[in-house]
Amino acid sequence: MTTVVRHRLFWPLAMLVSLLVGNLFFTPDFFAVEVRDGHFYGALFDILRQGAPLLLVALGMTLVIATGGIDLSVGAVVAISGALACQQISGLGDQGAVGGVLFAVALALLLCAGLGLWNGFLVGVVGIQPIIATLILMIAGRGVAQLITDGQIINVNSPPYKAIATGFLLAVPVPIIIAAALVAIVAVVTRRTAFGMLLESVGGNAGASRLAGIRSRRLIIIAYVACAVCAGVAGLMVSSTVSSADGNNAGLLIELDAILAVVIGGTSLLGGRFSIAGTVIGAILIKTLDTTVYTIGIPPEVTLLFKAVVVVILCLVQAPAFRARFTRRQPAEVARA
Amino acid sequence: MMDLDTKVAPAPVTARVRRFVPRQKYLPVTATAVLISLMYGIGVVNYTGFSDTQIVLNIFIDNAFLLVVAVGMTFVILTGGIDLSVGAVVALTTMVVALLLENGWPPAVVLPVALLMGSTIGLGMGLMIHYFDVQPFIATLAGMFLARGLCYVISTDSIPIDDPFWVRVSNAQLWFGGWFISISVLVALAVVLIAAYVLAYTTFGRDVYAVGGDPQSARLMGLRVGRTRVAVYTISGLCSGLGGVLLSFYMSSGYGLHASGMELDAIAAVVIGGTLLTGGSGYVLGTVLGVLVLGLIQTIITFQGNLSSWWTKIFIGLFLFVFIVLQRVVTRRRR
Repeated sequence: MTTVVRHRLFWPLAMLVSLLVGNLFFTPDFFAVEVRDGHFYGALFDILRQGAPLLLVALGMTLVIATGGIDLSVGAVVAISGALACQQISGLGDQGAVGGVLFAVALALLLCAGLGLWNGFLVGVVGIQPIIATLILMIAGRGVAQLITDGQIINVNSPPYKAIATGFLLAVPVPIIIAAALVAIVAVVTRRTAFGMLLESVGGNAGASRLAGIRSRRLIIIAYVACAVCAGVAGLMVSSTVSSADGNNAGLLIELDAILAVVIGGTSLLGGRFSIAGTVIGAILIKTLDTTVYTIGIPPEVTLLFKAVVVVILCLVQAPAFRARFTRRQPAEVARA
Repeated sequence: MMDLDTKVAPAPVTARVRRFVPRQKYLPVTATAVLISLMYGIGVVNYTGFSDTQIVLNIFIDNAFLLVVAVGMTFVILTGGIDLSVGAVVALTTMVVALLLENGWPPAVVLPVALLMGSTIGLGMGLMIHYFDVQPFIATLAGMFLARGLCYVISTDSIPIDDPFWVRVSNAQLWFGGWFISISVLVALAVVLIAAYVLAYTTFGRDVYAVGGDPQSARLMGLRVGRTRVAVYTISGLCSGLGGVLLSFYMSSGYGLHASGMELDAIAAVVIGGTLLTGGSGYVLGTVLGVLVLGLIQTIITFQGNLSSWWTKIFIGLFLFVFIVLQRVVTRRRR
């Protein structure tokens, strides 16, 4: 029993389960899965589908945080990616052309990879602190996104592009499939190859890793590029959901939610050990929280307050110092007596 | 200002005394000062009317609240921490001020309440960070959610302020010679001077630098690390509260969307001012210069006229980049 409670994913999972069960009291058919027109529908699918962008951003963020870094620019990258894709598509003669949409998507992701390379270069090669290095792109990136859209909201009418966020593949919503595929790829690459261990070693001690013969510089750059590409995919989803690109508001504050998801999942901001499963749970937990607020009927303006309370509780429960205070007190008193 | 700062953590005097070159530790601040003069020069040469002293004073008038908040942020960053909650606390303060005044509370009560609330939020985050080992980034993020959330609980709309005292203060222009400043500027300058004095001349100031330099060593030296860390977040909260009051003068309203993204401006100002994010090195004067840089960028873009607002963001990012690389080069050479 104690080993279960001490597992680092216990508290986030317990929180998630209690939130889901709590929802059941307010919406009795919360867990119901419905098949309509051969597609799955249901509250759980909604959470996963709406949570896919956050999940992707958090996934990339996990890799960066594992190296002991942090990427504040993901929100801006989300905006840039959507902006470029929509700008390209709106210039197409036939917005429904699959080839043209694919080209736009590829171009957007390529730009995101370039932005990730820039972040990685600043952190890994120039040696600037991650939080500041990515702050540059966080601030400038929003400007760039607005530059691409010329300050306007670009609307597109493109069925193939729309499918990224609202389509179905084998009855399952496309964003869930994309997110699951990327999670699987990252999980396999980090856990079935040495890459994950090397990342953890760089995050644990970059200097020592270099002396041990690990090319930490290259690993750091790869982490930032992966993070930016994940954010780029998330950006495509975000803009595809509404079929438009808003350079100012797309992905606003998503970096904070993503970092929160990673931390809730038990990955330390100091770098080193990381948990992909934890991040997935963290991201779903945050999205469930948002959904719960709506289903329970808490006024939307209190959402942030509710979130703050949950974050504080989770952080305190997970903080070693807090646990020590409340779990070891009894044995200590016994010993003193 | 420079004189005040000279006294901070005196470097070994030997072999440095006779050198005329500015000391290494002043290089980042000096670089910022040089760049400001350069920007100002470019502005004066290119735009008519830019050389008017009132333009510089306007930068202070428009950014007084940012200056106060950035000074608080300087304390936190000097200890190696970060405070993401400042923008939200500023917004919450404007909201609470507007609400209380609307309900007929006297300004003499509203002012202390606003400051006390800011400090209390800061204190709470400081306690969480120190006693429960929650990372500053996460703890202050929670504080940010909390403060913004409270804003919307109070009201989702903007609350106008028409209290006579508030109106009088926000409209007051202090004239000297042919120029004027607002009361907010005086308050901000007072905060800057007090902060510079505290950091340079008091034991607490030295503790802040010591904790930021190396918390482990600071603890071994017997410094009160915990107290210092909790105190800097409280100070930052207090400054945010004061910044909120100044913003409520400036805007004459309370609104939950006020000061969104202000934490980034504050952090950018501190970093451009040459304070290292790792802690232990930097000056309040640098922060003042950092705020001036942000203000100058905006002024130049306004004067240029044909540049869209998003160029502000791109330029701030660009400047941030230049300053950081510059700092990096400077610190590398030192080694």
